[in-house]
Amino acid sequence: MKLIAGTALALMLSTTSVLAAGDGTCAKGKTLNDGTLTIATGNPAYYPWVMNDAPESGEGFEAAVAYAIAEKMGFSQDNVSWVRTSFDEAIQPGAKNFDFNMQQYSITPEREEMVDFSLPYYTSAMAVLTTQNVVDGGAQATLDSLKGLKWGGVATTTAIPMLKDIIQPTDEPLLYNDNADVNAAIMAGQIDAAIYDLPTALYLSAVVVEGGTLLGQFPPEQSDSPDQFGLLMEQGNPLKECVDAAITELTESGELAAIEAQWLSEATGVPVIE
Amino acid sequence: MDKSSVQNGPVEHAASAPTRRELYEAGVRRRSNRIALISTVSVVLALIVLVPLAPGWDAVQRAFFNGKVFVATFPGLLEAFLLNVMIFAWSAPLIAIVGLAIALCRDTRAPALFPLRLFGIAYTDVFRGLPVVLVIYIIGFGIPGLGLPRPWNSPYIWGTLALVLVYSAYVAEVIRSGIDSIHKSQRSAAASLGLSDRDTMRYVVLPQAIRNVVPANMNLFIALQKDVALLSFIGPVEVFRQAGVYKSLYANFTPYVGAALIFLILTIPATRYADYLMNKQNKART
Repeated sequence: MKLIAGTALALMLSTTSVLAAGDGTCAKGKTLNDGTLTIATGNPAYYPWVMNDAPESGEGFEAAVAYAIAEKMGFSQDNVSWVRTSFDEAIQPGAKNFDFNMQQYSITPEREEMVDFSLPYYTSAMAVLTTQNVVDGGAQATLDSLKGLKWGGVATTTAIPMLKDIIQPTDEPLLYNDNADVNAAIMAGQIDAAIYDLPTALYLSAVVVEGGTLLGQFPPEQSDSPDQFGLLMEQGNPLKECVDAAITELTESGELAAIEAQWLSEATGVPVIE
Repeated sequence: MDKSSVQNGPVEHAASAPTRRELYEAGVRRRSNRIALISTVSVVLALIVLVPLAPGWDAVQRAFFNGKVFVATFPGLLEAFLLNVMIFAWSAPLIAIVGLAIALCRDTRAPALFPLRLFGIAYTDVFRGLPVVLVIYIIGFGIPGLGLPRPWNSPYIWGTLALVLVYSAYVAEVIRSGIDSIHKSQRSAAASLGLSDRDTMRYVVLPQAIRNVVPANMNLFIALQKDVALLSFIGPVEVFRQAGVYKSLYANFTPYVGAALIFLILTIPATRYADYLMNKQNKART
């Protein structure tokens, strides 16, 4: 009996010491629910950011990063819970139902006036999704050629101002609610090309859009304000410093790069648009 | 009293010394006005004072009524609104024409034209029963998806068609109710004058029917003016879509409030005008 009690005590001690080692002190008392980290993602969450719309599995780039950040903050896998929000729900005034929200939010100074962003966890290239028909029709990966195309995109992304600034298309672009509608417009021939972040574009061209292909990419190094994804938090959230510390740690240790290599495919085959 | 003073009597009387009855009525009116004023002012004051006392007011104000964002986005919204006006301008006459045609289909009486009548019934049943957004999606993406070449697959063409299909069904029903409101004796009278069915409809029934339903149709056109925004689902960047783009850029809902203001600037005078027409008609009837 004594032996069992002793072992139990030793076990309890050892688990608490493991928790303490995980630097779990920073986030203590700062989360929505004590002892649990609540993370929000999109509804649905898209490949390759979250596989099979199941972030709980930890599969997919963002799901994996989320669990890595949680671990650095001292939350075990069981202590992470997921909720779903739209973009509008994430920025609405009032209490939030998440500690941080992770769905490819680009960090911009305008947005930072309303919400807080963590340090970036991914820097994305922008890519031009089109179809083989358009390429056969003579479209090339040059700005001149791109200008003459009929453009489309998802209205709620930062890709739209980029499209207008860099490519400056002759025709007004058509804008849509979500990826599915943009793809429908491409397949109906209403638009020639659409602009997406590179991982999404790779996926759409390979799996979703019939005859889809990538005409080219704008690598982040080339841009003055590259598209960087950050975790979105309510403004003034005290958890921000803990999240930032965790992301810094992951970046410096190379873990973040490893996760990226695991889930986001290489895009070396996509020509660069100068 | 001579004749002229009798005639002028009441006027002079009202000008110089009001009767007790008039005094009493004026008093009641003044009192009602005073109460209405006090009640309105206190409700408005309560709203102005109480709403900002709510704990989340600062956050709501920053998210919905942000002056800086409003100034930055309003010109762009106005520009996008031109597209709404254009779509409305070319849809409205088409809707009026198709609506009238469908109403006439439903009113055909010749047995040989029964298929036409059936078509009118089916048309209004289907298009009044479907949500506008669904029709816009099906026609706006579906028909161009069949492989039409540009420019014939333009979302403007097919989106407009979707609006015309749905709204003409409503307009047709309104016009039909107008036709039904014309008493049967009018047709009999026209027939006794030797007018053909066609002429009866054209010269006797329709002129009266259309006049009766102008206010109701005004309401439909005000609704159409707002539903033009639904075309944004298939691509056109009109004011609502532009507001959505700004919302996402600034993480702020103020652009939607700006868009709402633009809509109100147009719909409030239109609504007032519809009310005015309706009142005029009611007075003419009594």
